[in-house]
Amino acid sequence: MKRHLATVIAAAAVLMLPASAEAQAPKKGGQLKFAVSAEPPDYDCHKNTSFAFIHPVRPHYSTLLKFDDKKYPAIIGDLAQSWQVSPDNLTFTFKLKPNVKFHDGTTLTSADVKASYERIVNPPAGVVSIRKASYTDIGAIDTPDPLTVVFKLKAANAGMLAQFASPWDCIYSAAKLKEDPKFPEKNIMGTGPFKFAGHTAGSHWIGERFADYHEPGKPYLDGFRAIFVSGAAMVNALQGGEVLVEFRGQSPANRDKLVAALGDKVKVVETPWICNLVVGFNTEKKPFNDPRVRQALSLAIDRWQGSQALSKIALVRDVGGVLRPGYELAATESELAKLPGFGKDIKKSRDEAKKLLKDAGVPELKFKLTNRNVPMPYTPVGVFLIDQWRQIGLNVEHEQLETKLYQAALSGGNYEAGLDFNCDYMDEPNILLIKYVSADKSSVNYGRYNDRKLDDLYEKQMRATDTKERIKLIREFEKHALEQAYTIPTIWWHRIIVHWQQMKGWDLTPSHYVGQDLASVWLDQ
Amino acid sequence: MLRYTIQRLLMMIPTLFGVAVLVFVMLRVMPGDIVELRLRGDGAQVTPELLAMERARLGLDKSLPAQFGDWMGGLLTGDLGISMWTGRPVAYEIGIRLELSLELAILATILATMLALPLGTLAALFKDRWPDRVISVFAIAGLAVPSFWFGMIIILTLLLNFNWMAPMTFTPFLEDPVKNLSQLIWPALAVGYRYSAVATRMTRSTILEVLQEDYIRTARAKGVYERLVVSRHAMRNALLPVVTVIGLEFAFLIGGLVVTEQVFNLNGIGKLFVNVLARGDYTMIQALVMLVAGFFIFVNFIVDLLYAVLDPRIRYS
Repeated sequence: MKRHLATVIAAAAVLMLPASAEAQAPKKGGQLKFAVSAEPPDYDCHKNTSFAFIHPVRPHYSTLLKFDDKKYPAIIGDLAQSWQVSPDNLTFTFKLKPNVKFHDGTTLTSADVKASYERIVNPPAGVVSIRKASYTDIGAIDTPDPLTVVFKLKAANAGMLAQFASPWDCIYSAAKLKEDPKFPEKNIMGTGPFKFAGHTAGSHWIGERFADYHEPGKPYLDGFRAIFVSGAAMVNALQGGEVLVEFRGQSPANRDKLVAALGDKVKVVETPWICNLVVGFNTEKKPFNDPRVRQALSLAIDRWQGSQALSKIALVRDVGGVLRPGYELAATESELAKLPGFGKDIKKSRDEAKKLLKDAGVPELKFKLTNRNVPMPYTPVGVFLIDQWRQIGLNVEHEQLETKLYQAALSGGNYEAGLDFNCDYMDEPNILLIKYVSADKSSVNYGRYNDRKLDDLYEKQMRATDTKERIKLIREFEKHALEQAYTIPTIWWHRIIVHWQQMKGWDLTPSHYVGQDLASVWLDQ
Repeated sequence: MLRYTIQRLLMMIPTLFGVAVLVFVMLRVMPGDIVELRLRGDGAQVTPELLAMERARLGLDKSLPAQFGDWMGGLLTGDLGISMWTGRPVAYEIGIRLELSLELAILATILATMLALPLGTLAALFKDRWPDRVISVFAIAGLAVPSFWFGMIIILTLLLNFNWMAPMTFTPFLEDPVKNLSQLIWPALAVGYRYSAVATRMTRSTILEVLQEDYIRTARAKGVYERLVVSRHAMRNALLPVVTVIGLEFAFLIGGLVVTEQVFNLNGIGKLFVNVLARGDYTMIQALVMLVAGFFIFVNFIVDLLYAVLDPRIRYS
């Protein structure tokens, strides 16, 4: 009670503070120290997928566009000064900012943008482009002059413009890529606000202010130091002021601990997160090949009640379908409540679940839920699910594996039900719905099923440039996906950031991948 | 002595080869794939062709004898290979962490020895009297309390009482001794306490045993001062098992401080071991196992040579 009271008082104090604090003019100088709970394996944006890469590396690079941190999901130019999309949505023309400098002093031109995107779309031999599949619609890239780059698409794609704001699409120097296409794997050389100043493997990463950065007056910081620290040591480092922030997110317990210890020295900001834990069923294993069984398991979960209970102990909070609740293309609460597994009368849902299991011949089903041994939020959500299934008479074993073994189990089909995740840098259906489409089209579908109706709806929504039409198609996709229940959403994550008050100019977004170039961040000291 | 030394050095080769075969086979038997984890671990949409390309690049598509041959060939030429996770040389990855681990092991050993020898001797000399009991409580507590837990207590005490945290990143001793020690003294204390407890108990029991020997009785009968009896006659003979314990504990500290390094966020060999095991980075795991095994064998060898220095009756020929 006392702890909660402290949290409330601190939060209230915090809510009153920002208006005056944020109105302050940014101050120059200082080094921002922040924690990163893992470490990038190499330095290539096009090859990596983890926040542990984005947090230290993104400040060194620019992208064509970027998300407006204050108005997510609005997009603003990063290297692009302006852009135009043709009426048929097939041509994207970008005008670049003039006189943008790389950290080695050379000037950026459209050739650098073209070389970087060519590397993503058609990587040379030996180069890994992780997100190649997301750019297959790009047919040609033209550079009519040094400050203009034109992308010509083979087919209209509703999510393409936002994809140009991907934090992963770092723009590299064409000259360096020509010398060695793998240059970015071991070198950092971009046009971002900070120059690379060093990386001590296993320990820390240092960036220094780039005086010729293309946004006038920025960055405000002299530099940053990312310290690789995780778990209790990271929370202690935050509490001791050794780091001012960790940008991925804290659990509610850590938030309360830090607020109780530091009071109004820290600020707490929270938002729904573009991350969701989903249960995937291995449809090659009986009885999970039977849609009645899968749907019964979804019906048994009281997501509405569960979200309230779990949000107190885990970093999950919002009930949603296949897209993040609150996002403009996501189902509203009333739409959601009509879908199987999302009804608000849990007794009715569980009675129906029992009937479906009885009809399928497995009223007392026993199975194993394969989960990662990552405490937050995998363990509490796994325990919650098992308890929900127990309430309809099922006996479920919780198998928690280290990530390597868990990944092997899911990829190899050596599981019955698995707690999987769906997490990305923006609320784009093209990216988030891929988890649900057929296994022969999606390598992240571990359910080992093919459903052409889902594939067809996915393709249609991708091509629908009219928002209303797209929403309609997504609702149809969602309804079919949840009725078939190959993969069922549980509860969406909730991002909690606790940072020291002296860090200013950083805005919370629903993704821990965006808003991390640190160009606008400053220290009030 | 020289012949013995050469013999012992040559005997290390089959031992290390056995370790190499064992670790190589065991790693390949374990499920999990570093390429899957690296490229798909965060949910990326990766094609099977890309996975196959990466496996080929890392040499994982070769037969097991070919992979073993490559590794052995590299070892013989001093090339430990490239980390499958980071792409950096294994020697570099280990090298930047070894300094911290070695310094921590040395600090902990100094602390432990400075505590264990006087306390163990005192406990033996005052057997079953209050100094012995106090020292026994101290030593048994040291054995019972895990180092990482003691470490957490140290961190929280500093944090809550002094609002101070030890530096998070390593500074070499020669660069800034104060900063270096302000980071490493706390884990050295946490680890050294348990270490000293083991050595204290060992010192006490061996000194008690030696004090019953005829030559001690003879020395006392000849009127030799008790201080000389203890320091010159008893201690020297009692030190053999103590040196063995100290040596083995020292070897364990290189790579064995897995949890303590996590608690203090130390960028040492133990933390590296955990990380590479979790990723299934074969080349790194193999190199680390060989390093730790080699270190154990080497320390044992040094301890054996020390026996001859401490006890003139022991001669290797």
